[in-house]
Amino acid sequence: MPEVLPATEIFGVSVEIIGVWLAAFLTLAIFSFLYQDNPVYKLAEHIFVGISAGYGVVITWHEAVIPLLINPLFRPEQAGLEAPNYVVLVPGVLGLLMFSRFVPRYDWLSRWPIAFVMGLYSGLTIPSSVQGFLLPQLHATLLPIWPGVEINAWTAVSNFLLVTGVVCTLAYFYFSREHRGALGAVSTVGIFFLMVAFGAGFGNTVMARVSLLIGRVQFLYHDWWFPHVLEPLMQLLGG
Amino acid sequence: MTLWDRLLELDRRWIFLGIALAVAIPIITGYALPQGRPAPPTVRLFQFVEDLEPGDVVMVAFDYSPSSMPELHPQAYAVVRHLLQREIRVLSVSLNPQGTALGREVLAELAHELDAEDGVDFVHLGFMPGGSQVILGMGESITRVYPNTPDGRRTADLPVMEGVRNYDDIALLVDFAAGNLPFSWIAFAGERYNQEIAAGITAVMATDLYPYLQSGQLIGLINGLKGAAEYELLLDLDPVEAPGMLGMSAQAIAHLLIIVLVIVGNIAYFASGRHRRR
Repeated sequence: MPEVLPATEIFGVSVEIIGVWLAAFLTLAIFSFLYQDNPVYKLAEHIFVGISAGYGVVITWHEAVIPLLINPLFRPEQAGLEAPNYVVLVPGVLGLLMFSRFVPRYDWLSRWPIAFVMGLYSGLTIPSSVQGFLLPQLHATLLPIWPGVEINAWTAVSNFLLVTGVVCTLAYFYFSREHRGALGAVSTVGIFFLMVAFGAGFGNTVMARVSLLIGRVQFLYHDWWFPHVLEPLMQLLGG
Repeated sequence: MTLWDRLLELDRRWIFLGIALAVAIPIITGYALPQGRPAPPTVRLFQFVEDLEPGDVVMVAFDYSPSSMPELHPQAYAVVRHLLQREIRVLSVSLNPQGTALGREVLAELAHELDAEDGVDFVHLGFMPGGSQVILGMGESITRVYPNTPDGRRTADLPVMEGVRNYDDIALLVDFAAGNLPFSWIAFAGERYNQEIAAGITAVMATDLYPYLQSGQLIGLINGLKGAAEYELLLDLDPVEAPGMLGMSAQAIAHLLIIVLVIVGNIAYFASGRHRRR
């Protein structure tokens, strides 16, 4: 079968150049929302959602369904098998049952794969939450807070802050008693720790959002405006 | 209406314009501020890679989509460059369908630049749906989870896979992610199979993952674009060609403007007496 090569030109224009102009248009279309909502923004938003979904389907088909389901059943040699592996029919049929949602009369069949996935995830997640998150984090909080042979004064201060933060924050989330007296004081300290955490989270969020803007501005200037608009314009004006 | 009231009523689009200018001017003019010292979590990952032997195997997970590219792509370029330069074998996977093309792009570009050979020095195993099951499955056998590469080669036959069966043969796993997948890697690969893990993450996720550094469940952490710039600095890359460092001047100026706006906004709030009217 002859190899099908992707097109490199459309109407004599390189697909890379078309891609850059398309990406620049869509970026500016999304940014136009900052001024006010408008149809161009809506168009870009819908294109993004549609392409993301379509891309996900194609990738899943080519990189998961074909090698894990189609090949073991119909092309075993490509899956490294000597004979078809019919066991994969079990997850295959369970997956197909999800499509019964489209037929109201038989939509109850989709509960089986959902039940399977829920059971599996619950079984995986509950012990892993305890073993992977709760116990190691608990262990990491049991720290020495007095300077001595094992830790220096600075580490002791850090450990003290960490342990105090955990205890006070947990006290803030203890709602079985009114927050008055000693519990009130401790939970107030917990609020301060929470505020510091929220502040750190907010600062990081600002940094993340500015980084995304930087990425788009770098693209708009270095990949689109300078090579595709400014440079040709300067060449045109320069002779 | 006083000046303070006018400030508080300012159309937010002026602030958008200010931030846009603060970001665009350094990028257009190429203005570069000096880089600070790399943060310890970034240095720890760098040092871990430095201590590996040529021929060791590192798994890299591209678990992000194009929407997080500005933060995570520079990180991925820096770390994979470091690995290939040190002749460490790279196996890359993706648990995010949109991450597989990004991983392929990083590896193809760096392989071309560093003369690394696909299938011998690195391999991109592609996307696999299932999240935690995929992570658990690779704890038993990587080739059973990924029998073929996306371009149809049998994974087990590749020279890069020689002596690699499961996590026991992987020296380090680096997850570049913009979602919850680092937690799955920590819980299933880290805790269950004792896999050493590092993460390159978006800055939004940083506060959620710092506790795992403290507990030793992560050996290193690259935080957003800043972390990428730090890793590039450790690699001694040319600042003009390093995307992370290029972006950090714009980042610093935008942060400065935001700090000024927060301070001015608070002064205006109290000076206008609005706190008494609440």
